[in-house]
Amino acid sequence: MEAVPARVRAYVTCVALAALLCVLHLPGVRTPWRAVTPWWAVTPWWVVALLAALYAACEHVVRRRLGGTFYPVLLAGAFLLPPPAAALVPLPGALLSRAEQRPQALRRTWRAAELALAVWGAGRVHWALGGRDAVVDSDFPYALLPCGAAVLAFCAVLALLDGGILAVAERVPVRRAWRGLLSRSLAPVGVHGLAGLMMAVLWRSPYGPVAALLVLLPMCVSWWVFAQYHRERAAHQATIRALVQAVDIKDGYTRGHSERVGQASVMIARELGLDDDRVEVLRFAGILHDVGKLGVPTRLLRKNGPLTPEERRIIELHPEYGHEMVRGISFLGEARAAILHHHERIDGSGYPYGLVGTQIPESARVVAVADAFDAMTSTRSYSRARPVAVAVAELRRCAGRHFDTGVVDALARALARHGWHPAVTADVQPSDASDASGPSVSGPPDGDRESVGRGAL
Amino acid sequence: MPGEPAFAPGPAGRGFAQASSGSVGDGSAGPAGLAPGPGFRRLAALGCIRLAALLLALGCLAGTLWEGLGDRGIALAFGVLVGIGERARWTGAEVREAAPLGAAGGLAYALLGADAGVATHDGAFQVVTVVCAASLLGSVPHIAGGRRPTLDHLARRVLTVGFAAVCFQPLYSRGVLEQWGGPAYALLLVALLVLTALCDAVLAAGQAHSRTGWPFGPLLRDELRGLLGIGSAVCATGAVMALAVAVVGLWALPVFCLPLLLTQLSLRRYAAVRATYRQTIASLARATEIAGYTPAGHARRVATLSQAVGRDLGLSQAELTVLEYAALMHDIGQLSLVDPMPAGATAGLPAAEQRRIALLGGAVVRQTGVDAAVAVVVERQADPYREQPVAARIVRAVNAYEEKARDSGPGGPLTALEELRLATAGDYAPEVVESLARVLSRDCLTLRAAG
Repeated sequence: MEAVPARVRAYVTCVALAALLCVLHLPGVRTPWRAVTPWWAVTPWWVVALLAALYAACEHVVRRRLGGTFYPVLLAGAFLLPPPAAALVPLPGALLSRAEQRPQALRRTWRAAELALAVWGAGRVHWALGGRDAVVDSDFPYALLPCGAAVLAFCAVLALLDGGILAVAERVPVRRAWRGLLSRSLAPVGVHGLAGLMMAVLWRSPYGPVAALLVLLPMCVSWWVFAQYHRERAAHQATIRALVQAVDIKDGYTRGHSERVGQASVMIARELGLDDDRVEVLRFAGILHDVGKLGVPTRLLRKNGPLTPEERRIIELHPEYGHEMVRGISFLGEARAAILHHHERIDGSGYPYGLVGTQIPESARVVAVADAFDAMTSTRSYSRARPVAVAVAELRRCAGRHFDTGVVDALARALARHGWHPAVTADVQPSDASDASGPSVSGPPDGDRESVGRGAL
Repeated sequence: MPGEPAFAPGPAGRGFAQASSGSVGDGSAGPAGLAPGPGFRRLAALGCIRLAALLLALGCLAGTLWEGLGDRGIALAFGVLVGIGERARWTGAEVREAAPLGAAGGLAYALLGADAGVATHDGAFQVVTVVCAASLLGSVPHIAGGRRPTLDHLARRVLTVGFAAVCFQPLYSRGVLEQWGGPAYALLLVALLVLTALCDAVLAAGQAHSRTGWPFGPLLRDELRGLLGIGSAVCATGAVMALAVAVVGLWALPVFCLPLLLTQLSLRRYAAVRATYRQTIASLARATEIAGYTPAGHARRVATLSQAVGRDLGLSQAELTVLEYAALMHDIGQLSLVDPMPAGATAGLPAAEQRRIALLGGAVVRQTGVDAAVAVVVERQADPYREQPVAARIVRAVNAYEEKARDSGPGGPLTALEELRLATAGDYAPEVVESLARVLSRDCLTLRAAG
């Protein structure tokens, strides 16, 4: 655990003090809710307690089970209570919640202070625009206006404080820290704001808090489904990644070859100006291009020394095997063609079909260049890694015969602009690729594997 | 089909005939549906539900015509809401509630007592008529798009909304509820909705049972479990909409549709990513077939048959998903072998060797990040059945059956089944083998061809 810098502590302390001032609110400041009696005399304390308990419970469930945050209760508090009282609502939940990382106390304080300030800001704006009367009289559609303004204030305060802590703690430049923070949160908090408004209106209605609680149920379910979606998507990607790693290990390549080919394909695709969907498909094309090697016997893939024509013919079946495997996966789209044709050459000397020039799908031409580039710039069993410049020169030499000239140029331009920083090489050194992987899909079962791994190096 | 002449006139009748003939074709009832027997009784139940819904709709239409349409603005607003919800219905993959917005809107209308503090007089007749008409109008684009209208859904919608309206509206218009305080009134609405949801679950399970012939108990259990998710959201939204309209008027409708619309959206995305995941696993499980370790289509056939057996044994939907993935990937351990087994037949190997391959497979599955339960099933598929989880018992027995019956001519399936029965002492669980026999005889041993 690293020590927390003093400036972070100072920043959090300042925010906490500001929150404290909001709750206690400065004497001598003229505020609408103080005109007649002090706010604590008019505050229905049971409402504060109920909302605070509700928020703590929601936060507990949502954090533990789903991840993310749950604002409808806080916003309902801001719409129902005087601002200083509303600022009390998030405190128990935030102070009792469990932070994933240390230091726990500092994180909890930060979270509580930040939310208290945001709720207070939202409450102020709502109050100033006469939202309270609109809620009590259920004056629609006017009530939507203060509600919208309050949501805006809530998001603005959160974005300001979050950007501030990013700048202070991570030393992110201020402008970059704030970029997108507000716009990203507006839509979800807006929906939470509408739910909060409905809660507040129903709370004030003859039907009382019972009806208000019902509002939370659809929100929770919506949240749950959303979390499920993310979980399932992550599982899907993990599955694809794991199978791809299996191919890399089986092939005796350095681990991460497929991922790097995916990365290079994305660079080329962006440089060629393809739209985002196709770029994403090309990432999958790069990642999965060799998946057919799962169908080729491990012995052949790892053979040291020259292959017989018969063995070469079997290995050259892997694009067709791969295509056969991914044929039924509809989201891969044109990536399937890339997998089938990534060993075709422009002059027609490639396999499996010996297509010529533009007969080869564009996606396959991109993946072919990315594959060759990574093969040259990473250490293989049979050759050492070459520098990027040498690899590009070699690609240019073969452009027009093996590779599409336009694609090679695009790669060269992209490399000149962004450089080549493959993300996956850092985590595993090439030298321990074959034994760092635990049980592999393809490695020969028992002790056999280490000897093969050594032989491959 | 009984009762079909009653449906013959009008466009609804055509849809019904199509849908019912489809259900005979794609359900597993097969030719048994035509002769008097269990299949016939099941389809008769399905027809009864539809007939009841039609009679209710026609009765309410007549009642509305007799009484005249009251509160036109509210009727229009709720009609539009239900219509939009129906229009946004998702006809893609199998989801429990494809049109939550329409369902919630219909329930809210059924439980509506006041509009911005002024009592409404939409009787139960009018509620059912408006919801029915709006649902029909909302499904016009689906019919125009060439998708078959889901008549079962419509029937269920009409019956549940009718139930809620008939329970609530007469009580309300007689003023019985006026002595109740506000919170008690809200709680009453919730209680009514819970009752309605239970009815809906029973209806849905009954329909699924008659369409597919799967046992009623597990289907009902799955439906009830589904109530906790999207079902509770629909009910709560229905109650909240009814109350909110009573307080603030029709403005509450657009404000409240938003959360449910979002739920619908994320539900759709969730179902889409699930379908993709399933495709991926099914495709990648074929790696062993392409590598020549197992014969083509083996994994798919084992998965289909395992699911049928699992359903027969009353597994829940979640368990069936685990079973399907495990059955698809049960041979993936063979990729770790340097040389393929002859024809991938593991059932004939010594037990220790089988277990070793199973463990390797489990390790692979674990690595792929699929649910850990799948890995457990895969790695224990070769254990003696007494130590296995149910899913692993099913995979083991079905895999053995598939391997034995595969290439052995016309008498093969029966011989294979006999061999499994004889081996039940230690390897194959007797109840699974019996269930397999039931499934095979019910489907006339046609599952192999289907898979």
